[in-house]
Amino acid sequence: MSDFLSVSGLRLSYGRTEAVKGIDLEVRQGAVVCLIGANGAGKTTTMRGLSGLLKTAAGSIRFCGEDITNAPAHKIARMGIRQVPEGRQVFAEMTVDENLSLGGLQVGDSADFRRRREAVLDRFPRLRERLTQHAGYLSGGEQQMLALGRALMGGPKLLLLDEPSMGLAPLFVEEIFKIVADLRQDGTTILLVEQNAQAALEIADHAYVLESGRITLEGPAAEVVNDPRVIAAYLGDH
Amino acid sequence: MLAQQLVNGLVLGATYALFALGLTLMFGVLRVINLTYGFYFSVGALVALWLARSVGLPIWAVVLLGGVAAGLVAVVVDGVLLTRLRRTKAGELPSLMVTLGAVLALYSLSAIWLGTEIQRFPFDFVDSSAFEIGDLRISLVQILIVCVTFALVGLLFVLLHYTRVGLMIRALAENEDTARLMGINVDAIVIVVSFVSGLLGGVGGVLIGLNFNAIQPFMGETMMLRGFAVIIIGGLGDIRGALIAGVLLGMFEVLTASYISSSAKEAVAFGALVLTLWFRPTGLFGRKEVKRA
Ligand SMILES: Nc1ncnc2c1ncn2[C@@H]1O[C@H](COP(=O)(O)OP(=O)(O)O)[C@@H](O)[C@H]1O
Ligand SMILES: [Mg+2]
Repeated sequence: MSDFLSVSGLRLSYGRTEAVKGIDLEVRQGAVVCLIGANGAGKTTTMRGLSGLLKTAAGSIRFCGEDITNAPAHKIARMGIRQVPEGRQVFAEMTVDENLSLGGLQVGDSADFRRRREAVLDRFPRLRERLTQHAGYLSGGEQQMLALGRALMGGPKLLLLDEPSMGLAPLFVEEIFKIVADLRQDGTTILLVEQNAQAALEIADHAYVLESGRITLEGPAAEVVNDPRVIAAYLGDH
Repeated sequence: MLAQQLVNGLVLGATYALFALGLTLMFGVLRVINLTYGFYFSVGALVALWLARSVGLPIWAVVLLGGVAAGLVAVVVDGVLLTRLRRTKAGELPSLMVTLGAVLALYSLSAIWLGTEIQRFPFDFVDSSAFEIGDLRISLVQILIVCVTFALVGLLFVLLHYTRVGLMIRALAENEDTARLMGINVDAIVIVVSFVSGLLGGVGGVLIGLNFNAIQPFMGETMMLRGFAVIIIGGLGDIRGALIAGVLLGMFEVLTASYISSSAKEAVAFGALVLTLWFRPTGLFGRKEVKRA
């Protein structure tokens, strides 16, 4: 058992329909773990369970030695689990700068805050050019960078990335994966959900395959990528 | 005389704007149609009346404390009635029905307790002196009303745009789940928003009470309809729109009352509402929503 993030027997449901049916999952500190699966497999539901947006029906979640099962989402965020939600969810009517400030609320107006903000703006120079623009006017790729930057402002111990490449132009997809690779280099721990299984498996250390709310396969990414079932289901030439 | 009517209209409109501001804040951030809001208006006025009569506080303290009392009532009412509904994401209809039932109960309880006769501030409490410019009379109370309104509007603007709490309030208004992901304690922000909007409604009540020197428990009821008219005309959740629409409504009412008939006042307010919804469903000043790319 790793003492960083460990999930056991997690079940999550919407009313009477169970979307995640008892999964075990582990993320070691410094690792990039990817969770792949078809549309509707329960990836987003899992992420929302981890960040506390959904109440768990059963099972437990432990993070850094603490039981965070059913802890309120804002406490989980303050403990250092930062989610970049599916569809980016930037605050469209606020400026880029305000979005970043929201990510860094916890450190307030401190030296820490300014250092993180500089680091984020160095990582995403496009955001620096658009600081005073409303986030709603950014392109999809820029919004994704903002969503990532906002999460980094929180000084994450664990980043939950939910389909960061979704709906982006190919050039931006490449850029997003490059950023994830950079973050990995810097030692950031990441749980990455992707439909773009090929790219995700190339970048990850470890992989889980989710099908209809159950984990059907897991292992080192280098092995999973060569598994015939995975090749047939997710890595067909498309 | 027109100038006098415009001044009176501005004063009345300022209180409408203040009242509507609290309503639009509550609706815009908490996303509930909370019909108890009109009751906070009555609470402000009734508490002010009691403080003036029984405690003998001066006018500024009465305005302030009337508002604070209404804000506290708003926090309690929201906490008791709506917290559970919000947790279960119950939607708008249940909260509409719950607050409708609650506000009728609150009005009738306060009518039983305090009676329905119109009550007035003590003689001399309201300084009746005035500036006179030719035929134009501007009373100290009118000046007080306009100054308090503009001061509160200014403070609200500063709160929302230049403080951390304001940043969190605006985040919550846009997207509750994402606000939680930022580490925002939504329950705490809901309390702040309830308090501020209750305070705005309550101060509105005190000011109207001072303006007409007539107070009774049901005064919030007709005000609630005006509040809806103002925030719909101004564009839901739009602070600037509520401000302009409130002032315009007050002016139109005063002008209608003096040049047509005072019973045509309501026809003007709600005629304007219907016409607005007809031609500009997002309100007169409603910006187009910023679309997510
Ligand atoms: N808000 C919701 N209410 C009810 N069912 C939902 C909701 N969100 C997702 N689901 C269902 O839960 C299942 C898993 O969805 P999701 O976690 O979004 O899948 P993925 O992210 O892997 O595409 C799907 O069957 C979906 O229809
Ligand atoms: Mg998803």
